[in-house]
Amino acid sequence: MNTSALIMMLVTEVIVTFITAYFFYKVLTTPPKPEPDSFTENDEEIRN
Amino acid sequence: MEEEKQAWGSRVGLILAMAGNAVGLGNFLRFPVQAIQNGGGAFIIPYLICFLLMGLPLLFVEWSSGRFGGNFGHHSTPFILDSMDKKKFWKYIGVFGIFTNVAVASYYCYLESWTLSWVWHSISGSFVGQSQEQVANFFGNYVSLTTIEPIIFWIICLTLNTWILSKGLSGGVEKVAKIGMPLLLIFGAFLAYKAITLHTGESGAINDGTAGLNFLWTPDFSSIWSAKVWLAAAGQVFFTLSLGMGSIHCYASYIKKKDDIALNAMSAGWMNEFVEIVLGSAILIPIAVGYLGVDKVMEMTKSGGLGLGFQTLPYLFQQWGGALAIAAGVAWFGLLFFAGVTSSLAMGTPVMGFLQDEFGWKRGNSALAFGCIVFLLGLPTVLFFNYGVFDEYDYWAGTVSLVVFALFEIILFSWVFGIDKGWKEIMDGADIKVPNIFKFIIKYITPIFLLGVFIGSLPGIWNQITNVALYQEIAETTDTFAIEQLKTKMLYVNISRIGLLLLWLAIAYLVYIAYKKRIKEGRFTS
Repeated sequence: MNTSALIMMLVTEVIVTFITAYFFYKVLTTPPKPEPDSFTENDEEIRN
Repeated sequence: MEEEKQAWGSRVGLILAMAGNAVGLGNFLRFPVQAIQNGGGAFIIPYLICFLLMGLPLLFVEWSSGRFGGNFGHHSTPFILDSMDKKKFWKYIGVFGIFTNVAVASYYCYLESWTLSWVWHSISGSFVGQSQEQVANFFGNYVSLTTIEPIIFWIICLTLNTWILSKGLSGGVEKVAKIGMPLLLIFGAFLAYKAITLHTGESGAINDGTAGLNFLWTPDFSSIWSAKVWLAAAGQVFFTLSLGMGSIHCYASYIKKKDDIALNAMSAGWMNEFVEIVLGSAILIPIAVGYLGVDKVMEMTKSGGLGLGFQTLPYLFQQWGGALAIAAGVAWFGLLFFAGVTSSLAMGTPVMGFLQDEFGWKRGNSALAFGCIVFLLGLPTVLFFNYGVFDEYDYWAGTVSLVVFALFEIILFSWVFGIDKGWKEIMDGADIKVPNIFKFIIKYITPIFLLGVFIGSLPGIWNQITNVALYQEIAETTDTFAIEQLKTKMLYVNISRIGLLLLWLAIAYLVYIAYKKRIKEGRFTS
């Protein structure tokens, strides 16, 4: 690959991958809001 | 017994469903072709600028409008938009948010059924020992309906969509997204690895896989000054994020006011970008260039990525031989299937939401109604594919309608509903701080951008209405039989256009009936 193509590809892909991973990590690590929230899967746990 | 209220099961499920809605066949077939036709690696510059100035702002607008309307019990755009302003006509603008989904699903499900069929043929070894021409002819015969197989796969695909939709949000759509999206990433990673590590001379390859990457990513910076490139970038951002369709509004309408939308929108939007830019650029073009060379790929992509994906790749996979050829075929068409089904399910949800909210239909019945409507409207695209009906649906519902609806919704959100109120909606319950610059972008830049895209599309719309390309083809043809065929094609194109217009009017009439019904029942309407 020529240098300009390689730089273009690597810079773009690293930035996009990093941002995607960052926001998804933030979603996974943000504590859920107090019930009642919009999601049903955690309802049972809260009641117990 | 009262039906259980629709809700998302988990936040990750919601994000995967939203990302699945955005990730479609275009991520793998359209994006790489757009890139090589519009400046190679330099295309990413206007593309990412359009994503930041138009894509992300519209995502915020659609997520927050959806959640706002959902808190009044609306799950489709006519009454979501209606709840945002007192003027009565907004509900008719919202008709686009149902029309687009029905019309796009009508041809998209057919496309989706090809992927299922090609998975089957990859497993059953239909492409083994066939020449490139034979594989290409296989596609031609398939869409010409030389056997009943395409219709069977199409009906299987429609039934599958209807069945999943009938299971509801958490029990159907979300489950498919939770299975489909990780599988799509695994299949994509496998194919990207195979493509990039392809070596000259290996299984008949004439180039390394990196030659394709080089071809795709070599930047032609002079292209940045071309208006055509910017229009292409803006168009790609639109299609890839499923903006202006009404499906994002619908998914977001099941989120409670205090729950986040800002981080969710960012996460789902960037997930789509990851699939498009990182995976989408690393499969189709590197494999094709590896076996066919740059010049031939350049020639083949002039008519888009569909031919390369369905007519050429199955042949190229056969060069890998045996189990690897089957695995590659299943991975490629399986990946396209999951990309497709997560999008078509998102098209069904607003239609079901409308029928359930306005006419009190049960979930199963409304899913069945969606399946039947898509079957009836999709039938012409299946039967008359070679007469341009499929492309006509795609142009009006999958292109023009999106831009028109997005233009109206950004004006409503920024200038009628008001940016201050709108910004508060975006930030309510937000788990991230969205930079304040987006307030300015949403109010001024995105509407100007969209207006530019719309104005830029006007000459194309006029040419389409007046059938300029078809008349030109007729003028250049001397064969009387070919001329007759082109005239028949024009007839089918005109009929499908009128059909789409009637569909829009029929939905507008249903919205009118729903509005009158609401007044009679004393239910909320602006």
